[in-house]
Amino acid sequence: MTVPSAAWTLAAGDELKAPDIEYSQLLPTLIVLGAAAVGIVVEAFLPRRSRYVTQVVLSLVALAAAFAAVIGLAAGGSATSDAQIAGMGAIAVDGPALFLQGTILLVALVSVFVFAERRLEPVAHGAPVDSFAAQPASVPGGEGEQQATKAGWTTTEVFPLLLFAVGGMMIFPAANDLLTLFIALEVFSLPLYMLCALARRRRLLSQEAAVKYFLLGAFSSAFLLFGTALLYGYAGTVNYSGIARVISSADTTTDPVLADTMGNDALLLIGGAMVIMGLLFKVGAVPFHMWTPDVYQGAPTPVTGFMAAATKVAAFGALLRLLYVVLPGLRWDWRPVMWGVAILTMLAGAIVAITQTDIKRLLAYSSIAHAGFLLAGVIATSEDGVSSVLFYLGAYSFVTLGAFAVVTLVRDAGGEATHLSKWAGLGRRSPLLAAVFAVFLLAFAGIPLTSGFAGKFAVFKAAAEGGAGALVVVGVIASAIAAFFYLRVIVLMFFSEPQPDGPSVAVPSAMTTSAIAIGVAVTLVLGVAPQYFLDLAGHAGVFVR
Amino acid sequence: MSFPLLTTTAVVPALGAIATAAVPAARRTAAKWLAFLFSLATLGLAAAVLIRFDPDGARYQLTESHAWIADFGVRYELGADGIGAVMIALTALLIPFIIGAGWNDADPAPGEEEETENKRWRPTQGFFALILAVEAMVIISFAATDVFVFYIFFEAMLIPMYFLIGGFGDRAHAAGEAEGAKQRSYAAVKFLLYNLVGGLIMLAAVIGLFAVTSDQLGEGTFSLQEIARARASGELDIATSTERLLFLGFFFAFAVKAPLWPLHTWLPNAMGESTAPVAVLITAVVDKVGTFAMLRFCLGLFPGASDWATPVVIALALVSIVYGALLAVGQRDIKRLIAYASISHFGFIVLGVFAMTSQGQGGATLYMVFHGISTAALMLVAGFLISRRGSRLIADYGGVQKVAPVLAGTFLVGGLATLSLPGLAPFISEFLVLVGTYSRYPAAGIVATAGIVLAALYVLLLYQRTMTGPVKDEQVRRLPDLRVRELAVVAPLIALLVFLGVFPKPLTEMVDPAVEHTLSDVQKKDPKPQHPTAEQGWFDYKPAAPAEHGGGEHE
Repeated sequence: MTVPSAAWTLAAGDELKAPDIEYSQLLPTLIVLGAAAVGIVVEAFLPRRSRYVTQVVLSLVALAAAFAAVIGLAAGGSATSDAQIAGMGAIAVDGPALFLQGTILLVALVSVFVFAERRLEPVAHGAPVDSFAAQPASVPGGEGEQQATKAGWTTTEVFPLLLFAVGGMMIFPAANDLLTLFIALEVFSLPLYMLCALARRRRLLSQEAAVKYFLLGAFSSAFLLFGTALLYGYAGTVNYSGIARVISSADTTTDPVLADTMGNDALLLIGGAMVIMGLLFKVGAVPFHMWTPDVYQGAPTPVTGFMAAATKVAAFGALLRLLYVVLPGLRWDWRPVMWGVAILTMLAGAIVAITQTDIKRLLAYSSIAHAGFLLAGVIATSEDGVSSVLFYLGAYSFVTLGAFAVVTLVRDAGGEATHLSKWAGLGRRSPLLAAVFAVFLLAFAGIPLTSGFAGKFAVFKAAAEGGAGALVVVGVIASAIAAFFYLRVIVLMFFSEPQPDGPSVAVPSAMTTSAIAIGVAVTLVLGVAPQYFLDLAGHAGVFVR
Repeated sequence: MSFPLLTTTAVVPALGAIATAAVPAARRTAAKWLAFLFSLATLGLAAAVLIRFDPDGARYQLTESHAWIADFGVRYELGADGIGAVMIALTALLIPFIIGAGWNDADPAPGEEEETENKRWRPTQGFFALILAVEAMVIISFAATDVFVFYIFFEAMLIPMYFLIGGFGDRAHAAGEAEGAKQRSYAAVKFLLYNLVGGLIMLAAVIGLFAVTSDQLGEGTFSLQEIARARASGELDIATSTERLLFLGFFFAFAVKAPLWPLHTWLPNAMGESTAPVAVLITAVVDKVGTFAMLRFCLGLFPGASDWATPVVIALALVSIVYGALLAVGQRDIKRLIAYASISHFGFIVLGVFAMTSQGQGGATLYMVFHGISTAALMLVAGFLISRRGSRLIADYGGVQKVAPVLAGTFLVGGLATLSLPGLAPFISEFLVLVGTYSRYPAAGIVATAGIVLAALYVLLLYQRTMTGPVKDEQVRRLPDLRVRELAVVAPLIALLVFLGVFPKPLTEMVDPAVEHTLSDVQKKDPKPQHPTAEQGWFDYKPAAPAEHGGGEHE
């Protein structure tokens, strides 16, 4: 009798048994994770005053190099003809993976600019500081915090944490077996939990957000892991294509140890549902969206921007791969459920957003509604569906980044003025900033000539072609509802009288300025001339199996 | 590659918008002149479009076609038919008058000059830049022969319109400045929500159209010509129920924009709260895109479904005519009165479009032009009056013709044009619409005639209450008459009304062939094509049997 030991990595197929790792294929991820490790060393050994510059430069260089590596792989054909599964069946290097990794890297690159901004907080004790706590380990309001603040300390750990999160996010949509998926999830979630807790102002709110995010996130990770176990019980492997083969009855060999459970459809359905639930949590889809508003509100705004953009990209990538590679055979089971989730997500996000009075919570609910629109594209189950979701993710993430970067600039004595009533009359005080924010809001609302419209049209088109016309109608109605609250903000900014004690707009350094400028540029370019990027997403629409 | 005249006509005002917006805050007057010159240049280009357009030539002329978004099947396709060319000319014609009339509307009121805390806050520049931006988008909409291109600009023009309505109001509001700002912002949001919902429903239909064409032709397309060709050759055959759903999606958006009862309620708010020039922009220019699109897209893309919906649409149009006129009679606010009168007139236009006769559709097209000019004349003079007294209420006036005879006289001519007095241009179009309707739907024609009677009532009552009688109000006694700038705005409009009322031939020659094309679009699917449409003249059209077009039986 054979020992059924850790044979799961080998079960993918004979050609994958080579015990070597294709380092060149995994280069982008390795660069980022390597740089993150170096960042930790920098924290440990470099004097405090030189850490900031070193970390910023290191992060930017690493992300740029990783992006160059992604481009190199794509140019070498890894995205299309030469797509393959690397790392002994653990990681897919194909079009969607590379497209999403590239998007995540660009998002991270812009996020570093916002993270590194040190002009916004007032210089209190001689040193310019950023939006992160002086010493996160100290008790909020305690003596340790005061001392750290007086000393002008800053938390440069955010940069390696960001890089670790990026590394995990890059693996997440590329993961080709369920265990790699789980590990990637943890690798990017844990740094995010920590980043959420690091706000310099309103530290209790920030820590509350982190705890909530952590607890709910841990819960969803548990679902994912349990689902993985059940699927292993069903298929005898955690490899994506291996499970797909068992589902389609192409593989009939039964592992003797799992003879009782293999092929048991109950395990498949429950396991598949649990894994999908884990991913829907990260996506922020109803009914797993509860964490979104609290976390978005409490986390430091640069982190919120990064999280809102990059997590969504990574999680939708993973969801796409799971549904298209592992569970296509189960399409008739998951499609009705996902229909329901998509409709609920679109409508709930749009309707609840109407009552919000805090700009960050408003953007959180808007991100939920957008998750619903994206799900409409996911449901299309066609190549068009994949590429439309990829395009939407790229378009949406830059709008989000830009919008949150603008939020960091509107400040009063208590830090960022996120309450909507304080935004009244902003258009009079700083017309340029208000106009930029209006562009982002119009893009969120999907007004033509912005990237939001092109993205929305792409996913709805894919959904309509996939026979989900009713979903398109619901999506259109949800868009109309959503348009209402985006407009409310515009009305507030331009048509309301400024309040006497209203916030002022901080003058940022070139870094935040360029982050916002990139956001506007991407929004307009993808809105007016999206063809090149649609082509790019179109070529990247095929998963390797 | 010929010179892209249509694109240039749209790009010039767009550039003008950018240039105007970039003028520094202190150089307000320069911004005004810049905007005015750009609008004149656009008018010149639009005139060139009219001259270059050959009424006897191909259906779409001056065409341009470039790849744009291949994935969506979208091509940047422009082309003018007679109707489009005339509408572009109307738009380009009215904008200089709108700019001239609104010359001082966006300036800070005397006294609050120094208050502006921010050098970047430049309302005057913004006002004129937004007007030019709207002009550019409207021109593209009139020229687009690709459904998607049309849709994009149809939707995008809402944004500058929204800021024009919400950001700029009359100097003096009856209920105080704060209440005025609230009302304005309410009107702007109502305008935007109505139109956005309409537009989003149209978006669903646009996507549906793509799904249908990509399903049947192998490659999705939005090109009118391409769809017409495929339909003629039998490659494209939209299922009846699908066609009806798509038609409804498109029609809903256009009915909101037009506006047709019961989707009209945003118009009185928007026109009432905005300044008179912006109100003219709404009713005379932007709303015309809705009725124009019914002709070009509803009838052109979905002939069968248009036939099917005709009875309901005609009923709605009749309700609009009578309802708008009745409410106009009861208004106490001059601008809202004109708004309700416009709703009544849009009813006539829709009636003419869906009467499906050459007189009806030709009349509807002329109606769009003449209504634009006559409403501009009436509304702009009303705006001059309102800005003098600081009140929109009819009751605050009386006896104006004694103190300001020129103002009263121009107001009267504008009013008489609105009530379609023979000899002034709108009479011709209204008459044609009624004749065209009567020849196919006699009952509808008779009901619509009631609109004329009511129009006489509301216009003459308005004139009587504001202009005649003794001067009761002290402020009215000191009203100055029209200034030179104001006269320069109104006089050409009145001259045009008289000229086109006597000699409409140049326009009818442009419109006539285009209407026949549209008509043949609709009748292509007729089961009994007994009347060869191509040889129809202007007045010799004889419908075979009314019932043939009334029912929804034929596929």
